[in-house]
Amino acid sequence: MPFTLKWRSKIRDTIHGYLFALPWILGFLAFMLYPIGSVLLYSFCSYDVVSPPQWIFLENYQELFFKDPIFWNTVFNTLYFTGVSVPAGLMVALALALLLNRSIKGRPLFRTIFYLPAIVPIVSTAILWVWILNPQYGLLNNLLAKIGVTGPGWLASTIWSKPGIILMRIWMVGGTMIIFLAGLQDIPRQLYEVAEIDGANVWKQFLYITLPMLTPTIFFNLVINTISAFQTFTEVYIMTGGGPARSTLFLVPYLYQQGFRYFRMGYASSIATVLFLMIFICTIVILYTSSRWVYYERR
Amino acid sequence: MPAVYLSINARKRILDILVYLFLGLGSIIYILPFLWQVSTSLKIQSQLFVFPPKWIPQPVAWENYPRGLRMVPFARYFLNSSIVTTLSVIGRLVSCPIVAYSFARLKWPGRNFFFVVTLATLMIPFQVTMIPLFITFRKLGWIDTFKPLIIPCFFGSAFFIFLLRQFFLTIPEELSDAAKIDGCSHFGIFWRIMLPLTKPALAVVAIFEFLWTWNDFIGPLIFLNSEEKYTVAIGLQQFFGAHGADWGALMATSTIVTFPVILLFFFTQRYFIEGITLTGIKA
Repeated sequence: MPFTLKWRSKIRDTIHGYLFALPWILGFLAFMLYPIGSVLLYSFCSYDVVSPPQWIFLENYQELFFKDPIFWNTVFNTLYFTGVSVPAGLMVALALALLLNRSIKGRPLFRTIFYLPAIVPIVSTAILWVWILNPQYGLLNNLLAKIGVTGPGWLASTIWSKPGIILMRIWMVGGTMIIFLAGLQDIPRQLYEVAEIDGANVWKQFLYITLPMLTPTIFFNLVINTISAFQTFTEVYIMTGGGPARSTLFLVPYLYQQGFRYFRMGYASSIATVLFLMIFICTIVILYTSSRWVYYERR
Repeated sequence: MPAVYLSINARKRILDILVYLFLGLGSIIYILPFLWQVSTSLKIQSQLFVFPPKWIPQPVAWENYPRGLRMVPFARYFLNSSIVTTLSVIGRLVSCPIVAYSFARLKWPGRNFFFVVTLATLMIPFQVTMIPLFITFRKLGWIDTFKPLIIPCFFGSAFFIFLLRQFFLTIPEELSDAAKIDGCSHFGIFWRIMLPLTKPALAVVAIFEFLWTWNDFIGPLIFLNSEEKYTVAIGLQQFFGAHGADWGALMATSTIVTFPVILLFFFTQRYFIEGITLTGIKA
């Protein structure tokens, strides 16, 4: 008797489990698995939306890798942007979080100020920064002029366009900062008390306690920010349109151009596949190397 | 060199002063762009292009606000954004908690595998899947309607399911065990015991979904064509494209578009911080 009762409850659990998860199972199949499969299939096709897709096997990839210099340009731009904006953003976010981690007056106010840029609509932010980065009348170059520096042309210059967008990105690190702050508050206070008794100064405490204890948080932020940097689109679409001279044409804006300007859905799909692979490889590399630098407390 | 010995308290004091100094400097840098935006929004055209720029507009050009709103049908855009945002939030709130409950508390074969798959999808951005989605929605005749922006919201979201699952796991199991003994069904436990305890987490879901939908640009850009369907994000971008040098009116409308978000933030700050923390640390 107890045996069958147990089985009955097990079957009941299974049915309910699947039933409750059904919305997401359907959503996953329809809006995730199916599009991912399709994007791979379309990447082997020539497809202009109007006429049915034609199987051309590797031609898109051949064009992408061997005949399309713009593609390599966008790959370089994307890697440059990610490679600079992610570490710089992490450092600024960590610095702000460290400052906010002390019990001082006015902390909520400071936290709000640093976090606000992260929640403002990106379209609004991008337009504002076009104005801030205006070479002649913009805020930034005027401030630079005050300290005797002639500011560059920013979005009008092929050299300074990427740093311009990166500066804006760094201004938007509030979310990362809050996650760092949560990580900092998780570090047991006793560790610092013991270190203080041993005579360790603030810098040593940071180096030997804060940093190692924070590595899981750094790891999490690194992955999240890398993925999000690879997706950059809106900033470019609004601020530069990929210019000047394609210096800010990243992978996703190029994908959009091919897909929704020229209606080369097959070609755009091959770019999307490359984007996915780049994100995948980066995540795997970070994950793989993490065992060497991420310290997990044994619980 | 004789070493200077300061008492621990004195050293703490000095450190605090340094922290304040940097916080002050940092917050000035962070707030300047906003001040610049508001200042620009109140300037007449001839005051924009002066060197060095003046922070206090003279005269104060309040008319930039009504003028900006009149130049493109912003009322329409606000209505559209409100419709899409409200329905998206409802969709997430209806679909995510029950899935999260299933992952957190029910045992079914394949659950752990499917949960890992769910987490893995967090790695896949919309930008990778948008082409097939566009093609599918086009075949369904959904392009230039709000359907592609709203209907997927009723089928869960990996991020919110993860967030709510983490929250359910913090609720003591004894609560549901007691209800089970009393003959409560799984749905009854979910509906009567778990859900009322989940209100803070549901608030987090609602707030983030509001924020992301209101601010979303690429989705409406791809799925909407006609002007009367535009959301505020697209409307603002169109305005910028058409009147790129009218910075007074542009900054005024930007400020208005930003306003609901800032308002939401000030009333729900606690949930923001909690939400980020909830997903951040447990990862």
